[in-house]
Amino acid sequence: MRKLIKGKPENIIKAGILILLGLYALIIIVPFLWMIMSGLKTNKELFLSPWELPEKWNFDNYLKAWSAGIGKYFFNSILVTVLATLLDLACSCSLAFALSRYRFKGARGLLMFIISGLMLAPQVGLISNYKLLQMFRIYDTYFAVIIPTAAFRIPFTTFLIWSYLVTMNKDLEEAAGIEGCKDWQALLYILLPLLKPILATGVLLTAKYAWNDFLFPLVFTENIALKTIPYGLSSMQSTQDTNWTVLLAALTISAFPMILMFILLQNQFIRGLSAGSVKG
Amino acid sequence: MEVQGSGSIIRNPVFVEMAGIMYRENKHAIKYIVPGVLIIILFIYIPVIMNFRYSFFSWASYSKEKRFIGFENYIRLFHDDVFYTALFNNTAYAIISVVFQIGLSLIIAWILEQKFLGNASKFFRIVFYIPSVISMTVVGLLWQMIYNPNIGLLNPLLEVIGLRNLTRDWLGDKNTAIYAVISVSQWQYIGSTMMLFIVAMQKIPQELFESAAIDGAGGMKQFIYVAVPQCKEAILMNLIVTIVNAFKVFDEVYIMTGGGPGRSTEVLGTYLYRAAFRNNEMGYATAISTVLFLITFFISVFQLQFYRRQIGDSK
Repeated sequence: MRKLIKGKPENIIKAGILILLGLYALIIIVPFLWMIMSGLKTNKELFLSPWELPEKWNFDNYLKAWSAGIGKYFFNSILVTVLATLLDLACSCSLAFALSRYRFKGARGLLMFIISGLMLAPQVGLISNYKLLQMFRIYDTYFAVIIPTAAFRIPFTTFLIWSYLVTMNKDLEEAAGIEGCKDWQALLYILLPLLKPILATGVLLTAKYAWNDFLFPLVFTENIALKTIPYGLSSMQSTQDTNWTVLLAALTISAFPMILMFILLQNQFIRGLSAGSVKG
Repeated sequence: MEVQGSGSIIRNPVFVEMAGIMYRENKHAIKYIVPGVLIIILFIYIPVIMNFRYSFFSWASYSKEKRFIGFENYIRLFHDDVFYTALFNNTAYAIISVVFQIGLSLIIAWILEQKFLGNASKFFRIVFYIPSVISMTVVGLLWQMIYNPNIGLLNPLLEVIGLRNLTRDWLGDKNTAIYAVISVSQWQYIGSTMMLFIVAMQKIPQELFESAAIDGAGGMKQFIYVAVPQCKEAILMNLIVTIVNAFKVFDEVYIMTGGGPGRSTEVLGTYLYRAAFRNNEMGYATAISTVLFLITFFISVFQLQFYRRQIGDSK
C-alpha cells in the first residue's frame, strides 16, 4: 500500500526527467536537421519558409559547395590531418617506448617536461611560431600547419601511450630478448601490435584536433590553395554572403566525416576520455 | 618443476631479467627521445620564451627593425579599454562555462546513469556528445545563421512560443552578442564533459550506492554525498580545463562576430590576433600573449599535479 502511494510521484518525476532530456535532445538535433534541410532548399525558400521541408530536394547546393572549393579544402584537410597524426604518433610512440622501457637518470623528469607542454596554449606562442616558421622557410607550406599541430599534440599522446605501456605485461618482450631480438624490433613487431587499441585512440583524438583546427591554418599559411576546411568555410561565408544555402550544404559536408567517425568508433573515443580525463 | 611449452621458461626467475637486458644499453634510448623532444622544444617551449622577449619591443611583421621599448607595451595594455573588455568577456566565458559544463553536465551525467532510462540513456549520450566532435567553425557558422534575423531559426521559434518581444539581432546587439557566442560554446561542450563524468561515475564501486541506499539516501542524496565526492578528481580536472579553455577561446568569436559589434565581443585570443595580423603591432600582440600565458599557465599548474600523481602511482 505504502509502496503504491510512494511510487506515484516518483513516476511523475521520471516522466518529467524524460521530457527534459527529450527537450535537450531536440535543442541539439533541430539545428542539425535545419542545416541538412536548408542545404537542400533554394535561397527563396530559406527566407520565406524556415520550417517547411524543401519543395524539391535540391542537391545542386551540395555540388556547388563542393566545386566552390570544399573539394579542394577537403583534400588539404585530409593531407594535413594524416601527416600531422602520423608525425605525432611516431614521435609520441618512440618517446613513450623509451621512457617506459629504459631506466636512465632523469627519465621521470623528462616525462614531466614533455607533459608540461600541455600547460602552454597554442595562442601564447602564435606570433613567435609565425616568425620561427618564416625563419625555417616553411611558412606558407603544408608543413607550417603539420609540424606545429603535431608538436602541440605530442605531450598528451605521449602520456596516453606511456600510461598504457607501463601497465603492460613484459612477458612477450622477455621471450623476444631470449631470441636475441633488438630493441627496435621489439617496438615494431611486439609492442606496436599490442598497442593497437591505445594507438587507435591517439589517432582519433589527434585527427579530430587537426581536422577541426582553425587557428594554425589561418595564421601559418597565406596561400588559399593550402587552406583546410575550417578556413575554407569561413572564407565562403565572407565572399558569398548571399548564398546561404550553399554554405549550409558545405557545413553539412564538413560535419559529416566527424559525426560518422564518432558513431563508428565510440569506444575508442571513450577510452581516450577515460585515459586522459581531458576533453579533446 | 614443470615444463609446459615456452610459457614456463618465461616465468622462470632466471630468465625474467631478459627484457631488462634488451633495454640495458641506455644510449639506445636517445634515438627514440630526440625527435619528439626536439619538436616540442622548437615549437612549444622556445616560442613562449621568444614571446616574452618580443613583448619588450616595438616591431612590425615584415620589417627587420625592432625597437626596444621596455615595459611600454604593458603600460599601454593597462590603459586599453578593449583589453579590459576582453578580460571581462573571457571571465564571463569562464564563469558561464563552469556553471554549464561542470554543474549541469554533472547533473545530466548522473541522470543518464540511472537505471530506469534503459536504452534511452545510450541514445541521449550519443546525441548530447555529437556537437563536441564537430569543429567550432562549423558550429559557429551554423549558429551564426540560426541567430540571423533574416534567415535564422531562433527568432521565428520565439515568435511561435509567444516571446515575440525577445526577438532581435542576437549577434548584432552589443548587449547580447557575447552571451549569444558563449551560449553556443555551452551547446557544443556540455556533452563532452558529461561523457567524462559518466566515465568517472562508472568507476565508482556499486557498493557505495547500495550502502547509501540502505541508509535511506534517495537519488538526490546519493548524488551529493556519493557521486560528487567520488568524482572529485574528474571534476577538478575538468574545472581547470574548462577555465583554461575559456581564456584560450578564439574560433567561435572570430567566426561569429570577429570581435564586433564595435569591439564588444573581443576576447584575449581575438584581440591578440587583431593586434598582430590586422594592425601589424607585433610587440603589442606579444604583450597580450604574455597575459594570456600568465593566466592559463597558473591555472594549468593544478592540472599538472594530476599527471604527476598518475606518474607517481605507476612506479
